[in-house]
Amino acid sequence: MQVTITVNGLPYTREVEPRLLLVHFLRDELNLTGTHWGCDTSNCGVCTVQLDGVPVKSCTVLAVMADGHEVTTVEGLERDGELDAVQKGFMECHGLQCGFCTPGMLLTARWLLDREPHPDEGTIREAISGQLCRCTGYENIVKSIQRAAEL
Amino acid sequence: MQVPAQFEYARAQSVSHALSLLDRYGPEARVVAGGHSLIPMMKLRLAQPEALIDINDLSELSRIEVEGGELVIGALVRHAELLASAPATGLFPIFQDAERVIADPIVRNRGTVGGSLCQGDPSEDLSAVFAALRATAIIEGGDGRRSVPIRDFHEGPYETAVQAGELLIELRVPATPGTGSAYVKVERRVGDWAVAAAGAVLSVAGGVIERAGIGLTAVGAEHFCAPEAEEYLTGREPGEEAFAEAGRIAAEHCSPQPDQRGPADYKRHLAAELTARALRTAMERI
Ligand code: FES
Ligand code: FES
Repeated sequence: MQVTITVNGLPYTREVEPRLLLVHFLRDELNLTGTHWGCDTSNCGVCTVQLDGVPVKSCTVLAVMADGHEVTTVEGLERDGELDAVQKGFMECHGLQCGFCTPGMLLTARWLLDREPHPDEGTIREAISGQLCRCTGYENIVKSIQRAAEL
Repeated sequence: MQVPAQFEYARAQSVSHALSLLDRYGPEARVVAGGHSLIPMMKLRLAQPEALIDINDLSELSRIEVEGGELVIGALVRHAELLASAPATGLFPIFQDAERVIADPIVRNRGTVGGSLCQGDPSEDLSAVFAALRATAIIEGGDGRRSVPIRDFHEGPYETAVQAGELLIELRVPATPGTGSAYVKVERRVGDWAVAAAGAVLSVAGGVIERAGIGLTAVGAEHFCAPEAEEYLTGREPGEEAFAEAGRIAAEHCSPQPDQRGPADYKRHLAAELTARALRTAMERI
């Protein structure tokens, strides 16, 4: 069936099977491979994108369910060539090692800071508790988000 | 890569539209809302519906309101919305206790109250919460709406009172003032299903327990409740001794199954201990 999904501000119309998952729509149909794909079981959170501004695990959302909705991926964080504060925070505080969990972490961090500009450490840890860093770099991820809050 | 089997997809515009779509696609159609129970099962091909009816646009099912002395929670309310709802958690802190430990924050943004109940998983948290609260489920079908006491809602593992062609609309909880409530869960790690969990709702009058509600999940409690322990508590003075005994009675009537989350005797121990703890906290909150 035909869907039109606005991704990072641009509408994309595609013919898809209802069983296509949003993560594969983004990666395979739109070539936006910044959204990663890991456990496939809504546990690890590497596939996290924002759907209408709210972080969701895109391996557990059908592309057809996003028809008519807005999706933001990591590719949509930068504005006019300038990185978002969360991206800068991760750069400055070494918030990534292999980078596999990073896109999902960034989108959750952006959402958290939009709702709560100065979260304490506990709030940050709670917010990212549905996302696994396979490199276990949580200390620096927390620091990066705290740094982003200052930027 | 896990891919669901093929199915047809239709998006409902209203409750009556959803019902007519359910009617049109027949008994092999499933309703999808958050999809966080159903889609994983479809990916594993444990579920192979022929059609999905998407109810995410039915904003009339998203309300949380106090209406006519009842707290009304729509079936499409997301877990995150219930957790953040001042009317719901103000009346019944048990919702906050439970929602904080259901899955993880990202899943809670998407998963719904109605979806959790309709999935009918024997380890599901809200089933125990609503059982403790003695909620009523409102179900709509071609013949109109009907009310089902939540303690009759779950007919067995993954089986509920919602029949083919019907839709869960909302949950109604008597908004009795002067009630204390709490939920306590033991899980192996953040976001996991419960090893065991207990919820308690208490009201006290004239120094004795007027009404007690106990909900249990993951321990094989029939209909997620503990009527024998509730009966024991009613009319008794609240306190450590009564709560411990209520826990013992509740555990005695469970039939926990051993699995990777723990052996049966451990789960039974938890059923007793968590019931007592939930009662204690509920009492402190009155
Ligand atoms: S790939 Fe979606 S949660 Fe792991
Ligand atoms: S940086 Fe490697 S998974 Fe997080």
